[in-house]
Amino acid sequence: MDSSEAVYSGLKSAKIDFIVSLPCVNLGKILEIIEKDEEIIHIPVTREEEGIGICAGAFLGGKKTAILMQNSGLGNCVNALTSLYQLYSLPLVMIMSHRGTKGEPIIGQVPMGIATPKILEAIELKYFNPKTPQEANKTIADSWNLSKSEKKPVSILLDISYW
Amino acid sequence: MQRFDGIKDVMKHIENEIIVCNIGFPSRELYEIRDRSRNFYMLGSMGLASSIGLGLAMSKIEEKVIVFDGDGSILMNLGSLVTVFNQNPNNFILIVFDNGCYGSTGNQCTYAQNVNLLELAKSIGFKNSYDYNEIDFKDILKNKQDSSIFIHYKILPGNADSPIIDLSPEEIKNRFKKSIE
Repeated sequence: MDSSEAVYSGLKSAKIDFIVSLPCVNLGKILEIIEKDEEIIHIPVTREEEGIGICAGAFLGGKKTAILMQNSGLGNCVNALTSLYQLYSLPLVMIMSHRGTKGEPIIGQVPMGIATPKILEAIELKYFNPKTPQEANKTIADSWNLSKSEKKPVSILLDISYW
Repeated sequence: MQRFDGIKDVMKHIENEIIVCNIGFPSRELYEIRDRSRNFYMLGSMGLASSIGLGLAMSKIEEKVIVFDGDGSILMNLGSLVTVFNQNPNNFILIVFDNGCYGSTGNQCTYAQNVNLLELAKSIGFKNSYDYNEIDFKDILKNKQDSSIFIHYKILPGNADSPIIDLSPEEIKNRFKKSIE
């Protein structure tokens, strides 16, 4: 299974129908597929925190929501993930291209690459780090139900080596 | 006119519409003026009122969604105006109560004192952007909407002595979600 197809097919299995996104070079193909999927409302946003807010509204409006983003944007989301999501117990699937991991060519990505799992741990959010398309597919397919039952966002971190 | 009377004036015309209300005194004042299950009160995440409202408008296309935002909070999330304009749901109204200050933290000035937020919205492209004092809000609300609407409501600084909302976040969420199902 192709790495991008695996993510998309996982999102479809999870019945995700509302996605906000900021691009990463590794997410490019998935974003193209999603844009063509008429069952999914796709909203590109200007900043990750904004997207998190939009997803909160969409969930209240009955949608199954996900954000596709680069992990660098996690730093922009922390307050929304706590004083909105944790406070009101809202679910969300967060698919992150995890830059700054092994093989990263851009030095600027490294600090947030290292900080990302620690930030998620600090705000007590579960994350998964699938290594293969098969694993990612399965994890993402289960992610919405897990997020709903945990009443908090669930993250999928896709390292550079994943792609 | 201060925010309390501004919200009161808007609420005179509200029937079944969904309202998302900004954190702090705006939510407390709305709660005192007219609590209803179709009000979503923000208790955190300053700046995200317009984003939460956009998500609702995009997912409940048969409903009208009205956001009560402030000058300080919209300045925190100006990118949201650009996203709203591009998505342009025709069931979305953003009202910015602009008192030129951070009302809930002690009335410190915002840069909105030197920036015309209505002109800003127009320059982004909002075709339907209005000064609240120059329109009949009732007409805006009842007329068929062909795009998202931006309303600038210039008010004076000052908070009413409204009580803290005695609903838990879970209660606010559950009754709101149920009321719009």
